[in-house]
Amino acid sequence: MKNRWIALYVENDVGVLAKVSGLFSGKSYNLQSLTVGTTEDETVSRMTICVASDDITFEQIKKQLNRMVEVIKVIDLTNVPLHMKEILFAKILNCSTADKEEVFQIAQVFDVQVADIGKDSALLECKLTERRNNELIALLRSKFKNIEVVRGGAVAIESISTSCR
Amino acid sequence: MDITGRKLFVRALLEEGVDTIFGYPGGMVTDLMDELYKQEEIRVVLPRHEQALIHEAEGYAKATGKVGVCLVTSGPGATNTITGLADAHYDNIPLVCFTGQVPLNLIGNDAFQEVDIVGMTRSVTKYGVTVRSRKELGRIIKMAFHIARTGKPGPVLVDIPKDIQVQAGDANYPSSIHIRGYKPSEGVHVGQLKKAYKLLKSAHKPLILAGGGVLLGGASAQLLQLVEIMKIPVVTTVMGKGALPNDHPYYIGNSGMHGKYAANIAVSECDVLFSIGTRFNDRITGDLNEFAPKAKIVHIDIDTAAISRNVVVDVPIVADAKLALEKLIEWAEPKNTKNWLEEIRAWDRENPLQMRRDKGMTPQMIMEAVNREFDSCIITTDVGQHQMWATQYLKFGGAKKFITSGGLGTMGFGFPAALGAKIGCPDEQVLCITGDGGFQMNMQEMATAITEGAPVIVCLLNNQYLGMVRQMQQLFYGKRYEATCLRRRIDCPANCKGKNEACPPYLPDFMQFAKAYGAHGIRVEREEDIAAAIKEAKTYTDAPTIIEFLISSDELVLPMVQGGNPMNKMILK
Repeated sequence: MKNRWIALYVENDVGVLAKVSGLFSGKSYNLQSLTVGTTEDETVSRMTICVASDDITFEQIKKQLNRMVEVIKVIDLTNVPLHMKEILFAKILNCSTADKEEVFQIAQVFDVQVADIGKDSALLECKLTERRNNELIALLRSKFKNIEVVRGGAVAIESISTSCR
Repeated sequence: MDITGRKLFVRALLEEGVDTIFGYPGGMVTDLMDELYKQEEIRVVLPRHEQALIHEAEGYAKATGKVGVCLVTSGPGATNTITGLADAHYDNIPLVCFTGQVPLNLIGNDAFQEVDIVGMTRSVTKYGVTVRSRKELGRIIKMAFHIARTGKPGPVLVDIPKDIQVQAGDANYPSSIHIRGYKPSEGVHVGQLKKAYKLLKSAHKPLILAGGGVLLGGASAQLLQLVEIMKIPVVTTVMGKGALPNDHPYYIGNSGMHGKYAANIAVSECDVLFSIGTRFNDRITGDLNEFAPKAKIVHIDIDTAAISRNVVVDVPIVADAKLALEKLIEWAEPKNTKNWLEEIRAWDRENPLQMRRDKGMTPQMIMEAVNREFDSCIITTDVGQHQMWATQYLKFGGAKKFITSGGLGTMGFGFPAALGAKIGCPDEQVLCITGDGGFQMNMQEMATAITEGAPVIVCLLNNQYLGMVRQMQQLFYGKRYEATCLRRRIDCPANCKGKNEACPPYLPDFMQFAKAYGAHGIRVEREEDIAAAIKEAKTYTDAPTIIEFLISSDELVLPMVQGGNPMNKMILK
């Protein structure tokens, strides 16, 4: 089992998201994350899907997606150089002045913004890879008692010239 | 000039060559029904239940090769079709099912008879859509027929809100369609096929496994030709039954859970398994680790997703069965398979399909009588023991067609499917082999049979039990016949271990049932009366005939491979 990535071009129609996500639940595929938004062509949406599976199941998932009438194209991003980012908000609550200072330090190290701040709380706005976001959350959890996290799921696009992820 | 949605609906059906639809009215399809009233080219068949309606359309589609067209109302009318749609989905039957829907502005309000039928049927249809504007109606209907009948066929659901049915709009029905996300496979990868042929050529113990795809693809003649040139023995799945004429010397029998001993051993012993049009269902493979353990496996299927899903194969080929077989015939050279065939025949002699002949009438005798009495016919079955006996003992191929519920295993399928077949092919003799459990699931359709003039012959094997489950209880559950005895009443002892003299009488009386509808009824209890009963039934062309065969409750379907066991581990006695 490992995480694999798919970019999926679909018709921008009612019910398509339900159909795609229904495939994952109906066939017990292990969906990790799914994001969707329109593309340069407003009749087409692009999904970025992360699924944890073995090789055989992954092949099956791609085939099952491919045979859906509403699916225009399936692209396997697993071994493709790409840019991938996930938006994440993390609110740190009940923090002391010392805590807030630490939030700023963390923001600097992780190269993310402190987007908002109040008497006893601070808000981090992050646009990192999923893995980096996971690490950030782990760190925040270890440092602070009361945090609130909202994640958007990753979006990805194939690289032009770099090989980074 | 603009026309209403309801007018375009009928125009579309006519353009698609539809001459029969199976329809049940209701509040949200009254406009469409009204439009059908005003024309004469399309016949509307009125069933008595929407589940049966779909099975009738399935039988019609299977028998005629056309798309089965259904029309039901919203809400319960639509939900009643779900079982049938799932059945058609698993057995790849082309259907277009139109459902009425509440007006667009009421969708989402929990309106009277509103359900999200597209959402509910998403996983059991090939495609489903609600028409959300009058402008889309023509294109969507065109899409529906195209998707239903091309590639691997299947059911398509089109949900039409009531306001769209009456709204005026474009009068044109498109003559062709392009769907950017729908690309059914065409053509054959010749390189892969060559590889497959090489395997077949070098094999010492080659075996062809033919599935329903061979019949769906109209490739029986090609299969026969290939088999005759290369002299390769053939086993079939339940859905592939009849892909090769069953009296052909190279035909072994069905393989699978209730397959023939020789067929299952052949699968286990072959060195190349050449499979066409099967998805390797668990009923065919048993324990996957022990399936065809000595064989290199070739898998030809039109559906990419069917390949390497259950069984990881050596040579996968995405292709239409007919195209692939035609190509193979070009290359085919005779092989010497004499010893291998002899080996298989020896297994068959060792454990032939055979029921006792010492006391009373057996299902085998009934099936053999059916074989003798009909040269050309369409036979449908329900689901259960009688179905397995039919697949074991009936002979198909050529002029005898077989229609059964294979993938979903839907009780209640047989009788309405027979009616649909008869409606589609009125000149054919149509039989339904059924059990007393399955028949009762849709026996209200006797009314449809009479009113629509569909005089089919129902061979009802009455063993007074839900026999297939009873068999499992007898073999694996210590004869604890929970909820399988159809004679059981509220005052029966809780720990009943089987029938005795004190049992309450069976109900219903199928002879009186037949009479109530104006059908014919013949009851058969002895072997010597089987042929006469069938002959008599053949003389009745005004109404259906129920031939009720009173068979023993203890009769088992053998051989049997218990679920999850390897295929060569069969219960034989």
